[in-house]
Amino acid sequence: MVKIHERKFVSADPEKCVGCQICEYICSWTKEKAFNPLKSRIRVVRVNQLANMAVTCRRCEDPPCVAACPRDALTQSEETGTIIVDMDKCNGCGWCIEACDYGAIMLHPETKVVHVCDLCKEQGEPQCIKWCPEEALTLVTSDVLAQKARISAVKKLFQEAKKK
Amino acid sequence: MYGYAGRILYVDLNTGKTRVEQLSEDYARKYIGGIGLGMRLWLDNSTAGVDPFSPDNPLVLALGPISGTMFPTAGNGHAFVAKSPATFGIGEAVAHGTFGAELKRAGYDAVIIKGKAEKPVYLWIDDDSVQLLDASHLMGKSPAETEDAIKDELGDYYIRVAAIGVAGEKLSRIACIINEKTRAAGRTGLGAVMGSKNLKAIAVRGTRDIVPAKPDEFMEMVKEFHERMKGPATQKYRTLGTPENVLVHNALHCMPTRNYNNAHFENAEKVSGEALNDKFVAKIIACSSCAMRCEHEVVVPEGPYKGTMTRMEYETLWALGPYCGIDKLDAIIKGMEICNYYGMDAISAGVIVAFAMDCYENGILSQADLDGIEANFGNVDALLQLLEKMGKREGIGDILAEGVRIAGQKIGKGAEKLAQHIKGLEVTGYDLRCLKTAALGFAVSFRGADHNRHGAYAFDVKGKVDRLKAEKGRGKMVRDMEDVYALIDSFIVCKFSRGTYYKELQDMAKLYSLVTGIDMTAEELKKSGERINTIARIINIREGFSRKDDTLPWKVMNMPIPDDGPVKGAVVTQEELDLLLDDYYESRGWTLEGVPTVAKLKELAMDDLASIVEDKQEA
Repeated sequence: MVKIHERKFVSADPEKCVGCQICEYICSWTKEKAFNPLKSRIRVVRVNQLANMAVTCRRCEDPPCVAACPRDALTQSEETGTIIVDMDKCNGCGWCIEACDYGAIMLHPETKVVHVCDLCKEQGEPQCIKWCPEEALTLVTSDVLAQKARISAVKKLFQEAKKK
Repeated sequence: MYGYAGRILYVDLNTGKTRVEQLSEDYARKYIGGIGLGMRLWLDNSTAGVDPFSPDNPLVLALGPISGTMFPTAGNGHAFVAKSPATFGIGEAVAHGTFGAELKRAGYDAVIIKGKAEKPVYLWIDDDSVQLLDASHLMGKSPAETEDAIKDELGDYYIRVAAIGVAGEKLSRIACIINEKTRAAGRTGLGAVMGSKNLKAIAVRGTRDIVPAKPDEFMEMVKEFHERMKGPATQKYRTLGTPENVLVHNALHCMPTRNYNNAHFENAEKVSGEALNDKFVAKIIACSSCAMRCEHEVVVPEGPYKGTMTRMEYETLWALGPYCGIDKLDAIIKGMEICNYYGMDAISAGVIVAFAMDCYENGILSQADLDGIEANFGNVDALLQLLEKMGKREGIGDILAEGVRIAGQKIGKGAEKLAQHIKGLEVTGYDLRCLKTAALGFAVSFRGADHNRHGAYAFDVKGKVDRLKAEKGRGKMVRDMEDVYALIDSFIVCKFSRGTYYKELQDMAKLYSLVTGIDMTAEELKKSGERINTIARIINIREGFSRKDDTLPWKVMNMPIPDDGPVKGAVVTQEELDLLLDDYYESRGWTLEGVPTVAKLKELAMDDLASIVEDKQEA
């Protein structure tokens, strides 16, 4: 099984995200050949004009969505960490939706079963990352994220020190 | 139908009844969508001479065929159309954001709202379910507060809302309709039309799929335009944004200053786009589907207005700043926030404050008339207090909220001459005395003084013509630009993206065909652009307009530019205006009175409207 440190997911940099929803459009297009945010596996949140961020599945270790499913419809791929939905078993009860801290697993408006990001397995790379005009989306591991956060924290510290 | 939802929603506020009718392919093809389709639907659903505040003045909300797709900037716009309480002619205003895309997914190309609700309501369009819900508890709230409250009570964060503020509720003739807190259908006072109907807001949720007719070719075109959006055509909007104009216009002495008393602002550096970006811009955000992003969000970091947050563009910065003689950016930003709070068009609001300041400095309005405000040019407190009063319609604000033309008439004593407007709509940030192609564009603009109906200033500002000269040929230049601009607002795509359509109408025709599946050529599209300008003209003629209304503000024609510099002494004479108008009407195939001929209507396949102009064919 792929270790948590190696597991990749799509992460949005809130400094760069402008809330344009292009990730939503291209996701629903890739998956369903239709433009419809309700069918996108990544959703944009604009808390206010300054706070924009796209959110999608984080491929957690011991994912609560899988644990919450009463019908064993969800499993996690050992190879990639992707949450796999068994369309026949899922009845859209929504326990997984309630369990997810990120709102990253959602109910499909028509099939009434849940859907979740699979990193565009069929296309070979996440299309949202490819299309994001702000380069706000990246495929990261939690280790890389932590590195990035450290670097920007230290940079900020030095900038402020310079100001003084 | 592809692209089009194929459905028009009719809402009767008198009875609370709604119905859906089909959109005909004939109308779709001829009037495209947005303002074009909106104006045609308005004409079909109104009678001549209707009062703007009458329940019988329909408020039309219209989308373009591209709405809801991921075409950059094209997916997100919407247009409002009604008879304008500012001009008493056709009023229209376009806004972007996410509202338009949501309405398309709900399955409508247009919503036609007639009548007046007995008590305040908001319209809740939830796909096929359409309801009027009580809005008593929302009265007095700002558009942003209204949006939050509605999302809260309907329990869905992703609902999109367009709402009016107190200005609209109180029938201010400069009231706008705001969606997503900072995006305004700003001009021509349509917020007051909404207010006159007791309609506080329109909330939308749409869950349908949007699919273009030719998906693979469409996606190729999207890809291509994503690349173009990263190029030079949009650089201005991605970097300094429109406030870049401050120093550009100032250097050319074409930035009206202190209510047109000057054409150059000595403190422009302090209110420049550079200063704004350096000190105040906190984030640049995007509308739905836009690959360029332009919306400059500013935050005041310190001082008396600390924490003020709003969007800022050149026009509003100019109106609340240099045009009022004000050189403090933080106060201008505060002024913008006040306009958004009450739901006022900030361009018009700034022009009206400058007018009041001019009246004060000329002794036409006393300190007592102004409720104790010392309204000198440059006085920051006067700006903010007058905006507040206008928003609430308190004291002098009650008169000023009528718009600059009516306020000038009511105040009298020569105030009319200080009221800078065309057809009752307040001027924008281009000094027409030294931009004579723009002057023609402004004079003939069907919604009154505005740069967004033609963009003809570009010829003057970029030095493509002698900007001080009125000469033959400008008519055709304005006309061609008008046709393109009408199409932009009918598609609806963003004007800031216009440079990415390298082949202009050819690119637009291709986009139209790929989305709708209706074969469209550049030539036929050009005809539609002409048709849309013609229908606007026909509506204005039906409402009593004629050549005399195609005129310029008093100071543009009577007060030469006084500032030493490149354009000292510039003014537009009646003779020059007449020459320009004759040239323009001729290029349009209209009579010398500015009336489309019956033959022209036939050519445009609009002869069903000939009865409006038949008795005006002489001259």
